[in-house]
Amino acid sequence: MSSWTPTAPRPAPSNTVGFVAWARANLFATKLDTALTLLAFTLVVYVIEVIFGWAIIDASFTGDDRTACLKEVQGACWPFIEAKFGQFIYGRYPGAERWRVDLVFLSGLIGLIPMLMPNVGFKRANMVYLLGFYPIFAFIMLNGGMLGLATVDTTDWGGLLVTLVVAITGIVASLPLGILLALGRRSDLPIVRALCIGFIEIFRGVPLITVLFMASVMLPLFLPDGVNFDKLVRCLIGVALFSSAYMAEVVRGGLQAIPKGQYEAAAALGLGYWKTTRLIILPQALKLVIPGIVNTFIGLFKDTTLVLIVGLFDLLGIVQLHFTDASWATPETHITGYVFAGAVFWLFCFAMSRYSIFMENHLSTDRTSS
Amino acid sequence: MSDPVIRINKMNKWFGNFHVLRDIDLNVAAGEKIVICGPSGSGKSTLIRCINRLEAHQEGEIEVEGLTLDGSLKNLEEIRSNVGMVFQQFNLFPHMTVLENCTLSPIWVQQKSQAEAEKLARELLERVRIPDQADKYPGQLSGGQQQRVAIARALCMNPRIMLFDEPTSALDPEMIKEVLDVMVELANEGITMLCVTHEMGFARQVADRVIFMDEGEIVEENAPQTFFSNPENERTKLFLSQVLTH
Amino acid sequence: MSKLLHRDVLLQALVLGALVLAMVWLVANVQSNLERQNINSGFSFLSERAGFGINQTLIEYSEDSSFARVLTVGLLNTLVVSVLGIGLATVLGFVLGVARLSRNWLVNKTAMIYVEIFRNVPLLLQIMFWYFGVLRNLPSPREAVSLGDAVFLSNRGIVAPALEMTAAAWWYGAALAVSGVAYFWLRRRAQFLRLADGTAQSIWRPLAMIAMASLAFAALLGGVPFSFDIPAFKGFNFRGGITVIPEFVALLLALSLYTAAFIAEIVRAGIQSVAKGQREAAAALGLPDNTALRLVVIPQALRVIIPPLTSQYLNLTKNSSLAVAIAYPDIVSVFAGTTLTQVGQAVEIIFITMMIYLTLSLLTSFAMNRYNARIAVVGHKS
Repeated sequence: MSSWTPTAPRPAPSNTVGFVAWARANLFATKLDTALTLLAFTLVVYVIEVIFGWAIIDASFTGDDRTACLKEVQGACWPFIEAKFGQFIYGRYPGAERWRVDLVFLSGLIGLIPMLMPNVGFKRANMVYLLGFYPIFAFIMLNGGMLGLATVDTTDWGGLLVTLVVAITGIVASLPLGILLALGRRSDLPIVRALCIGFIEIFRGVPLITVLFMASVMLPLFLPDGVNFDKLVRCLIGVALFSSAYMAEVVRGGLQAIPKGQYEAAAALGLGYWKTTRLIILPQALKLVIPGIVNTFIGLFKDTTLVLIVGLFDLLGIVQLHFTDASWATPETHITGYVFAGAVFWLFCFAMSRYSIFMENHLSTDRTSS
Repeated sequence: MSDPVIRINKMNKWFGNFHVLRDIDLNVAAGEKIVICGPSGSGKSTLIRCINRLEAHQEGEIEVEGLTLDGSLKNLEEIRSNVGMVFQQFNLFPHMTVLENCTLSPIWVQQKSQAEAEKLARELLERVRIPDQADKYPGQLSGGQQQRVAIARALCMNPRIMLFDEPTSALDPEMIKEVLDVMVELANEGITMLCVTHEMGFARQVADRVIFMDEGEIVEENAPQTFFSNPENERTKLFLSQVLTH
Repeated sequence: MSKLLHRDVLLQALVLGALVLAMVWLVANVQSNLERQNINSGFSFLSERAGFGINQTLIEYSEDSSFARVLTVGLLNTLVVSVLGIGLATVLGFVLGVARLSRNWLVNKTAMIYVEIFRNVPLLLQIMFWYFGVLRNLPSPREAVSLGDAVFLSNRGIVAPALEMTAAAWWYGAALAVSGVAYFWLRRRAQFLRLADGTAQSIWRPLAMIAMASLAFAALLGGVPFSFDIPAFKGFNFRGGITVIPEFVALLLALSLYTAAFIAEIVRAGIQSVAKGQREAAAALGLPDNTALRLVVIPQALRVIIPPLTSQYLNLTKNSSLAVAIAYPDIVSVFAGTTLTQVGQAVEIIFITMMIYLTLSLLTSFAMNRYNARIAVVGHKS
């Protein structure tokens, strides 16, 4: 009997690997591909040229007022951003008190960063810090009026500060509310279920702007004479209710994905409804829908801009407000302001979406290895 | 021996830099039944997928019924309409009924009338013993029934060569037989068959030649009697001992 | 339904009771507030004179029209921008989604960058960018950018020649109708012949002949069926032609570009959801690529695409309410905005506005559930 020795593998022929082969397969495979590649290339070069020319070559970088941005061929007016930067971040928050905002930003990051890293421990303690201590601390610091801090009225808050306050409050409030609504929608109790379905479908069926109108125009009518909320708080309630309806549907998707056997096993162990939900069902369901939850957060973050329509000055609102400053009125001021605000929003949203993809991969390896 | 219908000469294929098929030489005569076996990753599926160019090879020649597979679209269309293929995962079209699955190629490739195509399809469904399932959707059938539909669908093209890529690997044990019975019947009708399978009983029963592959090359090819009772090669023997004992 | 325990019944009674109490309290508050502020209630305001102008009206409207008319004008404006936006976003979204799957690296990455930029910037910002940043920055009508002296771009919008039909247009309409009937008749006949004896016939040649003959006949009888009203600059603005207001252009552009990014991702996921084996099976059956795409891939991809696509359409419609930020006269802008400030009846006006959106949403999701139920009949085992 003969024994067999495998032929040694040869490297692939040079015309199938390397850059030339890659380009042939991925850029010039057919005549149509070649045409598309050239078309896309022309488009990309043109767009880069326009952007580069506007943002750098024809742009102004220094100056104290509009005269710096009135060249014959004028690109971006960056001095406008420079001059208004503090306003864009803090709004009309008094300059001497801005350290309080910085402290709130910083203490938020200290809790958030380890929370977002799946391999860092102390999640429970961190949760208590972020959901229990932090909101109270942030409120006291930002609003003042106690501990010897001067009161800063919410009408003076603005810029990125308001954007973050609205977004984070919305995020923090919508998750528990959304979970309750999702559980209610799957409840055996007909009245509870009907109420939850009604709430969810109504808020998902109307535009956020009508909810904000309701919060700013209608809510005062529903309260007894003399009782009134701050406008910011009213918007926060509107945003939180609105996003909790969307969150509920995401969580419901997770709940539906939990096999019936899990409920049966929990019942066999003698656990009641709330214990089963808290210990067995929710931890699994929420993990499944983390990407959906993050996507809802991204939507919420972008939606915070709508508060400018009811008269709050978030980042976009304050940029818009400063266009009226006559000392910076140039043809390029608007576009420069929008590009700046757009870049800030984009950075936040893009980071969140990448994080969602990262978590998705992380969780899927988690599941296969277990 | 008459002219081979499939002629493969010094064929090589790489996936990226992985050398998956190495210097394959294989001639298949008209009407010949060939069973290809080997451990997973040995390149056996890739080999038969090269024959109707679901995978493109990079070196060497493949000729099917005198037509060279070289990227020419005309040859490829001609070859594909003469070569039927059955997949491990059935690959039936879930949005079409069984009958629509079967008449798709006759109507759209061979330009037959619908009536003619349906008549042919019903005949073939009868042959694979599921005439009464014609109006169901694939999702409503068992695995064994789905695979038999897939065989009927391939036969509707009236092919001269049939390729089977592990047709029973995704089936429950009790359904394997119903599919193998159909394949045996088909083999007896004189069609040229290349079949990648681990069903050694089937190989003994119908194969004219059994081919054993490992690491991308053909290690041994022989008539089934010699192959099973007296393998020439130690690697083959080892493989057979693993397949046949369990 | 599992049997209810006493505790559960009690719990629900409590929830219901609390809800009713809260309602009573709220209604009482509203009543006393309205009385104190001297605001009317009820819907009679709808028949009162509006007294303000609207700069885009699809139906006849003047300052003397009623608030109900304002509502209709606003709703039509919402619908027209939504329908056109849906059309544009769908076309662009499908192109981008297919580009995202292209093996052409450059095309693929270009589409990816588009999607990542446009879906991660707030829509409101994009609307304002196009309106305040671009369109309002165009020169005044006097220095308008002109394309062939017929189409003019200025900060007052786009002015284009208007197509005006003459009486002769009827003859052409009749010719088209004849061709349409001929098309259906020829198609049926071809199908019949094909199923009967397998003879495949092209219907295009006879159809083209019929169409040409009937159009020639119409031309003989009617002559030129339309005339153009070409705009010209007179005084301070353009006269003649049709004007598309910049608010409409900005809103339409922003809505379509933004939603297209989401549709692209839906299309990509839908096409990717069709298993690779399906294309391989089609290829093994000898189907050419485009036939396989049409008969095998697209029908299956559409089942995955259509439900989320519908919800994008709804999102676009709801997002058109951001019109209020640039004063495009949609329903929120003219009704929940202008009308509300004039009449002051916030409860009724917000209620009507919400009900309209809610009706649109519920109708769509009802249709969607029907669709899902229909395709669910075909069991899915692979």
